[in-house]
Amino acid sequence: MAMTLRDIINKLLRRQPASASTARERLQLVLAHDRSDLSSELLDQMRKEILEVVAKYVEIDVDEGAVSLETEDRMTALVANLPIKRTMTGQIKLKEPKDQSEENPQGAEGTDQNS
Amino acid sequence: MTNSRRSVRTDTRVILICSGKGGVGKTTLTANLGISLARQGLSTAVLDADFGLRNLDLLLGLENRIVYTAQEVLEEECRLDQALVKHKQESNLSLLPAGNPRMLDWLKPDDMQRIVDMLKEQFNYVLIDCPAGVEDGFKNAMSASQEAIVVTNPEVSAVRDADRVIGLLNTNAIKPVQLVLNRVRPKMMANQEMLSIDDVTDILALPLLGLVLEDEQVIVSTNRGEPLTLNSVNSPAAKCYLNIAKRLQGEDIPLIDPAEESSGIGAKFRRLMQTKIF
Repeated sequence: MAMTLRDIINKLLRRQPASASTARERLQLVLAHDRSDLSSELLDQMRKEILEVVAKYVEIDVDEGAVSLETEDRMTALVANLPIKRTMTGQIKLKEPKDQSEENPQGAEGTDQNS
Repeated sequence: MTNSRRSVRTDTRVILICSGKGGVGKTTLTANLGISLARQGLSTAVLDADFGLRNLDLLLGLENRIVYTAQEVLEEECRLDQALVKHKQESNLSLLPAGNPRMLDWLKPDDMQRIVDMLKEQFNYVLIDCPAGVEDGFKNAMSASQEAIVVTNPEVSAVRDADRVIGLLNTNAIKPVQLVLNRVRPKMMANQEMLSIDDVTDILALPLLGLVLEDEQVIVSTNRGEPLTLNSVNSPAAKCYLNIAKRLQGEDIPLIDPAEESSGIGAKFRRLMQTKIF
């Protein structure tokens, strides 16, 4: 985020930041939701379901996980940041294995995954 | 209708002037753009699509001269030239009210298209003053338009509503869509207590057709029913409106820098404070 000389002085003097930056941040957030046409309840439900699906494959840090909408140039993206505690190598049972049940998906351990 | 179809001019520009939020300056822009284009010798029609709460007649000082509206034209109770109200001083400009406030929902997208087709036969420009909101009134007005100007103020609610409107214009293949940022206060922008021009154009991702400086003279001109661009070229807002009209015609007029508008040592200091560090 861009910071101006005024912002720095305000910060040093512990004054409230100038209101334009607050306006900009609030707008960006509200527009991401407006544009996606998703209510916060729907987004919450989607977040839960995404976590459930991902949790089938890897153990994730539920408290640290975040699913949010971000917007730039009128393009809105769903961004999921899910820190992985560990992958469940060797424990995943694929449904309808078709003779390749031992080939388990391997994931990088302990790293963040962005989608 | 049973009218024989006359050839429609293909070079007529039909421009929707819209904002989503009410009170941001659509009608004032329509009136001043109409006058400015007419003064450049272009025959211009301004269509007040907001027939429930019409105001364009008042801003142009033509409120006592309306006899018919587009509604009577469509019902063949009068001819188009009987319904068109020519401006007193600027004969290249004509006003057509879409309807009167007593008729609430006769207008359909087809009606709008028919009346705009008629206007295209005799005008270079058709400016449609769109009602506020994103409901039927807006959709009717949009259905007959080719391009659009979105008017907004550097305020969160106006920008949010403009964003809704831009989304609808995009899905209806209206283009180009250009932005006019109205009621700009250079001092507040310099103090970073108002969204900057870059903030608004970045968020809405639209090309900026122009900005209009906050100007008390706008209220005075509204009181008189004489748009600013008619006489006082010295008012800050009038200059902005004239520049917008010229850019619409393809002239390359540089944007006013709001930081340059305030001068002296105070302004220099404010510019220093705006310097981006990170």
